[in-house]
Amino acid sequence: MFASCADPKSLEGLTWLLCYLTSGKHLDFYWSFLTVLLLLAITAPVALAMGFGGAMAARSAFLPLRLIGKGYTSMVRGVPDIVFFLFFVIALDQAIEWSVHQIRCPDWTEPIRNGLEFRVCPQAKVPLSSSAQIWHQAYGFALAIFTFAIVFGAFAANVLYGAMNAVPRPQLETGEAYGMSQGQVFRRILLPQMWVYALPGLSNLWMILIKATPLLFLLGVKDIVYWARELGGSKTQAYEYPHPDWRLWYFLGLLVFYLLFTRLSELVLGRIGARLSRGQATAAGEAMRKAGA
Amino acid sequence: MTRIALATAIVALTSGLAAAQDVVRLGTEGAYPPFNLINDQGEVAGYERDVGDELCKRAELTCEWVTNDWDSIIPNLQSGNYDVIIAGMSITDERKEVIDFSQEYYPAVPSVYVAASADADIKGGVVAAQTSTIQSAHVAESGATLLEFATPDETVAAVRNGEAVAVFADRDFLAPIVAESNGALIMVGEPVSIGGGVGLGLRKSDAELKGKLDAAITSMKEDGTLNTLIEKHFGPEGVKF
Amino acid sequence: MSCWQTIQDYGLRSIGIGVNLLPKSDFTLCQQFTLIGSGLIWNVYFGALALALGFVFATSLALAKSARAPLIRKPAEWFIFIFRGSPLFIQFFLAYEALQMLPRAGITLFGLTIETSWTTRAWAGALFVLFLNTAAYAAEIFHGALRSIPKGDLEAADAYGISGWQKFRRIEWPTMLRLAWPAYTNEAIFLFHATTLVFFSSFPAFQQRGDALYYANYFADKTFNPFVPYPIVAFYFICLTLLLTFGFGLVNRYLNRHLPSNQKSRIRLRPQLIR
Repeated sequence: MFASCADPKSLEGLTWLLCYLTSGKHLDFYWSFLTVLLLLAITAPVALAMGFGGAMAARSAFLPLRLIGKGYTSMVRGVPDIVFFLFFVIALDQAIEWSVHQIRCPDWTEPIRNGLEFRVCPQAKVPLSSSAQIWHQAYGFALAIFTFAIVFGAFAANVLYGAMNAVPRPQLETGEAYGMSQGQVFRRILLPQMWVYALPGLSNLWMILIKATPLLFLLGVKDIVYWARELGGSKTQAYEYPHPDWRLWYFLGLLVFYLLFTRLSELVLGRIGARLSRGQATAAGEAMRKAGA
Repeated sequence: MTRIALATAIVALTSGLAAAQDVVRLGTEGAYPPFNLINDQGEVAGYERDVGDELCKRAELTCEWVTNDWDSIIPNLQSGNYDVIIAGMSITDERKEVIDFSQEYYPAVPSVYVAASADADIKGGVVAAQTSTIQSAHVAESGATLLEFATPDETVAAVRNGEAVAVFADRDFLAPIVAESNGALIMVGEPVSIGGGVGLGLRKSDAELKGKLDAAITSMKEDGTLNTLIEKHFGPEGVKF
Repeated sequence: MSCWQTIQDYGLRSIGIGVNLLPKSDFTLCQQFTLIGSGLIWNVYFGALALALGFVFATSLALAKSARAPLIRKPAEWFIFIFRGSPLFIQFFLAYEALQMLPRAGITLFGLTIETSWTTRAWAGALFVLFLNTAAYAAEIFHGALRSIPKGDLEAADAYGISGWQKFRRIEWPTMLRLAWPAYTNEAIFLFHATTLVFFSSFPAFQQRGDALYYANYFADKTFNPFVPYPIVAFYFICLTLLLTFGFGLVNRYLNRHLPSNQKSRIRLRPQLIR
């Protein structure tokens, strides 16, 4: 990065450290923090949408849909997320390519599964093997986000399902008494009120999501854990900046990052909760009213 | 004049197309110096980077580098996330059952034990090795107590901190570490020959690509380029063809 | 080789009983089920022991966090914050790095030599981290439950002249447990799920004795097919979860036995406790 860093082996002390910390690899490391934040920013709404769908399905009057919804929500209860991550990405990748294959290459005669090999026609590769590296990375990232969103969508579905059931029944009955249809009751009464009940659960979910991000490396994304391991491991003279095993320091850095991040989230979510509770007919809202009076 | 210009443009276009279809993705681990490593610019480097780039030039392929965990390097080849494994992978019968190998681009190298003291008990003591390597299988059968780590780096760290009495790995991986340890680590026991040479891993259905790469390796062996690269990355002790 | 023979050979392989070498070729479904099931012993060991030890520690932590004296309260608050605020994966890693810094030869204290080499083994080190981790999470649950003990119960105790240890033992503690139990059930379930992380922690596998994920990974590596062993792990964990839910449900019924049936708290999944 700096001109003085051209020959790292001749450097010493602070200049060496400065050059070391600004090497291309370290810049990748710093970027990976943004990767993690980006993943959180995208996964959270996607997971929320999936959770909403799951909760709606679980409440559905139509039995098969209800079973799907319930099955989805109870999935997280049974299977550890790590186990799920270990094979789901490859399965998802193959499923996507298989579907594209069916559309684009209907005349393909060779078998797709040949022993353990999975081979679709070249036009069905996602992304096409001729596309730029950036698309391959984007695709891998999208797969990771989708996998995360499925797992955490199931958690969100649980929370939202509970919140929907927590809205006092008389509120809904009042709507029905006014002659609203089921859909109208849902949109006008249930939906606006459920968020207060869902917020504590969703706050927790956000915390869970933050703490699950070190597992990204299992999904093949070069996240902060990947780089911390890679940078911290001892380096021989084959590298420009040889050093002994420094993984402890890198991981301590990650620990501080996570502690600060969860603490900050706690503070922000606490404020949102206070804001939402104002004027609500809940215990928290009542407490605020009393405190003010 | 315009006709010629147009003709060149068409040639350029078609060759561009041909090149675009021939993008070959090379998968490596990026954590096994001097075979492959991520250098301080964050790019794949090492012996295999040089070999791979040269092979692609000779076979007239456009190549891209991808890194993948050692654990899932073969499943990802098979589901088509890359086309070639170039990750210091020894040719073994087990692996041959599921993937194809090119001819060797690095000769069979003995594996060695490295310990903190000369009297380390490598036959019955605790020996560290990387999970799912031919070395870990060898240690499990040797009667020594196998201690498995996910990365090669951790296996060496285990010997340094006394967790294991010795580490068992490729000589080429351990040699520079021993050389730079100021006598803290030494090679003990006899070198053991296990596994074949190192080859490129390919899907069984990619015979055409395998042919091209085999031919390129042969040409590199014949004109001595491969030996030059071995000398560059492994020093004078590196085994040559 | 019959499946029964395989079970005899490998059923207890993860704790070092049975055939020394793992299968090397011709992998059968039976082998995969047996070995992965054998690895599950370790997951159960980690989960059960961490939970049992953590329960005791969590109770004291919850009390410490409720204490008035800052000297007692602050350390408890910090402990809980650090373990709940950071990913378990990173805690594992740091613990391993810290434990291996202990002198290998042992620490000599008052002429006694304390062995330290066992601390970096997964059975001790990983268990220790899981224990601290679950203690922090459970302490937060218990702390919340302590704060929601009905005021009337405490006043009634005062009226009867019950105080101090007696009050805690007979009024506060049982009520705390009853209120916390549904949330604690979830903590237990997710603690068992978290034991799969031990495989990805830095703690090395010793003599090819590992947890369920270790063997699943072994098979995925040897057969080059991840679609069989990992779903087997998932299957085992679903069974384990059902068993846990059942067991904790029994305790819940016991804790609520004095209440009229319409007031009993039911156990519902509240996934706030995954790491």
